Amino acid sequence: MNESPAPYDTRKPLSDQTMIQMDGVHKWYGAFHVLKDINLTVQKGERIVVCGPSGSGKSTAIRCINRLEEYQRGRIAVDGQELSNDVKQIERIRREVGMVFQHFNLFPHLTVLENCTLAPIWVRKLPRKDAEEVAMRYLERVKIPEQAQKYPGQLSGGQQQRVAIARSLCMNPKIMLFDEPTSALDPEMIKEVLETMVSLAEDGMTMICVTHEMGFAKTVAHRVIFMDSGEIIEQNSPEEFFTHPKSDRTKLFLSQILHH
Amino acid sequence: MAEARIPHPDLPPPVSIVGPIGWLRRNLFSSPLNILLTLLTLYLLVIAIPPLLRWTVLNATWSGDTRDACQANSGACWVFIRVHFDQFMYGFYPDAQRWRVDLTVLLLIVSAAPLFIRRVPNQIKLRLALGILACYPIIAFILLTGGFGLAVVETSQWGGLLLTLVIAGVGMTAALPLGVLLALGRRSQLPAIQTLCVTFIEFWRGVPLITVLFMSSVMLPLFLPADMSFDKLLRALIGVSLFQAAYMAEVVRGGLQAIPKGQFEAAAALGLGFWKMMGLIVLPQALKLVIPGIVNTFIALFKDTSLVLIIGLFDLLNMVHNATTNPAWLGFSTEGYVFAAAVYWLFCFGMSRYSQSLEKRLHTGHKR
Repeated sequence: MNESPAPYDTRKPLSDQTMIQMDGVHKWYGAFHVLKDINLTVQKGERIVVCGPSGSGKSTAIRCINRLEEYQRGRIAVDGQELSNDVKQIERIRREVGMVFQHFNLFPHLTVLENCTLAPIWVRKLPRKDAEEVAMRYLERVKIPEQAQKYPGQLSGGQQQRVAIARSLCMNPKIMLFDEPTSALDPEMIKEVLETMVSLAEDGMTMICVTHEMGFAKTVAHRVIFMDSGEIIEQNSPEEFFTHPKSDRTKLFLSQILHH
Repeated sequence: MAEARIPHPDLPPPVSIVGPIGWLRRNLFSSPLNILLTLLTLYLLVIAIPPLLRWTVLNATWSGDTRDACQANSGACWVFIRVHFDQFMYGFYPDAQRWRVDLTVLLLIVSAAPLFIRRVPNQIKLRLALGILACYPIIAFILLTGGFGLAVVETSQWGGLLLTLVIAGVGMTAALPLGVLLALGRRSQLPAIQTLCVTFIEFWRGVPLITVLFMSSVMLPLFLPADMSFDKLLRALIGVSLFQAAYMAEVVRGGLQAIPKGQFEAAAALGLGFWKMMGLIVLPQALKLVIPGIVNTFIALFKDTSLVLIIGLFDLLNMVHNATTNPAWLGFSTEGYVFAAAVYWLFCFGMSRYSQSLEKRLHTGHKR
């Protein structure tokens, strides 16, 4: 995390291409209102960190983007394609959106290499040879090519999470979603995963990351979004967000997370 | 003063801890209760084994062609089995055509052998298995029933172990895929499919197999037009398959429920559709988890094939029963049933051992 990406001017858009557009998204679990009027526009190449107390709906919000969660009101468009109930359309969008989970969710019955080549072969219809080449390239990138023939159960948590990142990258996605990627890891493994994510950021990947790693947010994010009880309370550049939080809830959250 | 310390070589462990004596002490005589149980078991073995050995081997009759040969000995009369052996294997299949049965079995053994060799890569095994699944039933059907220049053999002439294997084989190969589909259907989000599958499963699980067989052979013809005849064996096969599919569905559903939600989500997030998600990610893991349950169902199915005797099909057990009522061979039912039990046991034990080795081989989880 030594080289931080170039500083980012919040007033000027990164690019004029919108990658994700969320308009007035509401979601209920039964009577429980989980997401309340989420509006978010993400530019191509933009890196966003979403934080907030647990149960604030941050994971749910990003899981709506690839339709792992249904929402009842509002609209979401990814790279100009609107999410609908059409299964084919959902699958088309999911191909372009990589996702990394808190608990890795690698496929335990397949080797690391097979984990990485499965979707390119079966979804992108890549020949096996090409898929394996791509997979090895990304496994080298996350620095574990020597583990390619092992099973996930034989790897450490940090290694598994890096495989999960490589698996997503093999689909050549336009957007990467990270759902608390380091929350299930030991401290020394958090570092290796964050380094992988930083190097991804340096390549200009569009990223939305739900995390409590404030150091990562400071060095990498263009924008930090704070959510509480299903609402976006505040969003700002990391410098402003950490030094001059506007709302009381943000201040309380930051005081709890930074000084313990 | 500094003397070098020379380590004393280790003494050998006492004889009472290692070696055969140590083993005996640890496993058989470690506590008063264990001593008592060991002695009791020894006593039971001493009174049970000699008579058993005398009956099955020492005093048994092995040679001869008639029951008179057995008069001299007090033990088992295995001549009874030898004389009826072909009947037990083929039923009433015409003598001249029995090579077709042998060929059918041989074909299966030869074509399926690579599946049981460890060095063959999984990719090839999968293709071979699918190939066998697609071609073998057709070849076996033609060989056994006839046509294409072969003499026609009515299914009513099939019997013995042949019939048992046909019913068990068809039942297993039909019940597993059908059960998987039913299990997926039962977990479906679509209410129509779900209701259909739940109704099907609960109906077939709610009736005894005997009833199913009886209905298929006695009641079904009442509902069908008089000129429409429907092979009796075929009806039994359909009945057995549907019945076992319902049980299989519940076994598979147990496996599906054990797969963490994260696996479904990861597969979905990669853009895999429903069938690919199930076929590539969920089912391979779920089926592996429920191998014991699947084999349990298979073993039960294998033994349940003997119930077809109530609709007048002559499977192995019914053939044995039939031979014991042969006036020329009255009084040898013990030998007959012991033989039948041994054959059933051999097949069931084989399945059980194979499932254990399969489980061990497919284990990738936590082995380092």
